[in-house]
Amino acid sequence: MSARLLAPIDTPLPRRRRAELLAEIEASGLTGRGGAAFPTALKLAAVARTRNAVVVANGTEGEPASWKDKVLLAENAHLVVDGAMVAARIVGARRIIFAVGRENRTVRKRLERALAGRSDGFDCFLEAVPDRFVAGEESALVNHLNGGPAKPTMQKPYERGVLVQNVETLANLGLIARYGAEWFRERGTADEPGTVLITVLGAVRSPGVAEVELGTPMRDVLQRFGGLSALPNAVLVGGYFGTWMRAHDALDLPLSDAALKPFGASLGARSIVVLPQDACGLAESARVARYLAEESAGQCGPCVFGLPAMADALETLDVDRLRRLAPQISGRGACAHPNGATRFVASAVDVFADEIVRHHAGRCTGSARSPVLPLGSSREWR
Amino acid sequence: MKLRVNPILCDGYGHCAELLPELVELDEWGYPIMPREPVSRSLEPAVRHAVKMCPRLALSLEKRAR
Repeated sequence: MSARLLAPIDTPLPRRRRAELLAEIEASGLTGRGGAAFPTALKLAAVARTRNAVVVANGTEGEPASWKDKVLLAENAHLVVDGAMVAARIVGARRIIFAVGRENRTVRKRLERALAGRSDGFDCFLEAVPDRFVAGEESALVNHLNGGPAKPTMQKPYERGVLVQNVETLANLGLIARYGAEWFRERGTADEPGTVLITVLGAVRSPGVAEVELGTPMRDVLQRFGGLSALPNAVLVGGYFGTWMRAHDALDLPLSDAALKPFGASLGARSIVVLPQDACGLAESARVARYLAEESAGQCGPCVFGLPAMADALETLDVDRLRRLAPQISGRGACAHPNGATRFVASAVDVFADEIVRHHAGRCTGSARSPVLPLGSSREWR
Repeated sequence: MKLRVNPILCDGYGHCAELLPELVELDEWGYPIMPREPVSRSLEPAVRHAVKMCPRLALSLEKRAR
């Protein structure tokens, strides 16, 4: 498949009318590529109705198991800038803020260089954001841009004229503005059109980021990463807000939300971790559960107290306690952090049920090795 | 009308559960679990009172569904 999002752009952005652009995006069926998969045209239309709109290009990618936005910005920053300008044209914004993680200097340099060479009539700013798991959540990001900590609020930015779009979504806008909705739909499935950037790590020969068509069989997706490097134990789909699946369930599916839905899973921000047979899914999950507890913004009681309690219960493999905790945590915070963490832990308990029995008998299939799932390390909120 | 809590403001004082034992339960850390169902007409005055009495002003009685 020829690349789209990661291919160099050699044509100028055509000048098209706002209404025409919005209609094209609506016809394309593009959904948000940050993880929530919200229809992009709806969000654009909502912000277009407000006054003094601002566009925020969200390249923060605080998920440690995902690098696709960083790769996109490093390799094709101009396409993201194009898309941000298309979005700004549609919502009537003059100001565009590009928000990226503080630690990644390469990404910042490439964006800076891309912005320096452009004079399209927009005021563009580059902002560095703390590399925290929840810092890229819309309201947290806007809170930080307004001078506060990168913690979620109860505001909905799009209701107040702030269009926050993931950078991969914007890159797609840059393409659709050039080539149209019909061209966009030539890839992917009828319900989930287009290509996506996907991060694959764990038991594959060349972990990293690739562009694939939605609907591609998972086994073919893994071939793009050199194929399996060890027998798979399980697959984590959708990052740390995602869902563990049994390898034999996951590997035969096409890469689409429709296919994952019966398993209670979704693609999320399209991070896929293949856990090798000699790694312990429980130890891996317990580390991530503790990490997610530490990444709580510390604002909502059920998250502040619930996530550490859940991490404790996973460490001690107290399944009854985990069952009692879940309804006390999920859906009870200002953002989706507690919901995502609860889903992740529940899927671990389900998929690694045999391993729990083994652990209770004093055994573990994981041989001594370094952990598979990466964790973030930033401790800053401002 | 639905009773909602702003979880960022809420500090788990628990007044709401005291005042509305038929609607609000506390979780094991003392934070209120809001009823899923809309508030019935007969309970509205009691709910409005509880909304006013919250020391963190974290409660609200809201018309539209989110």
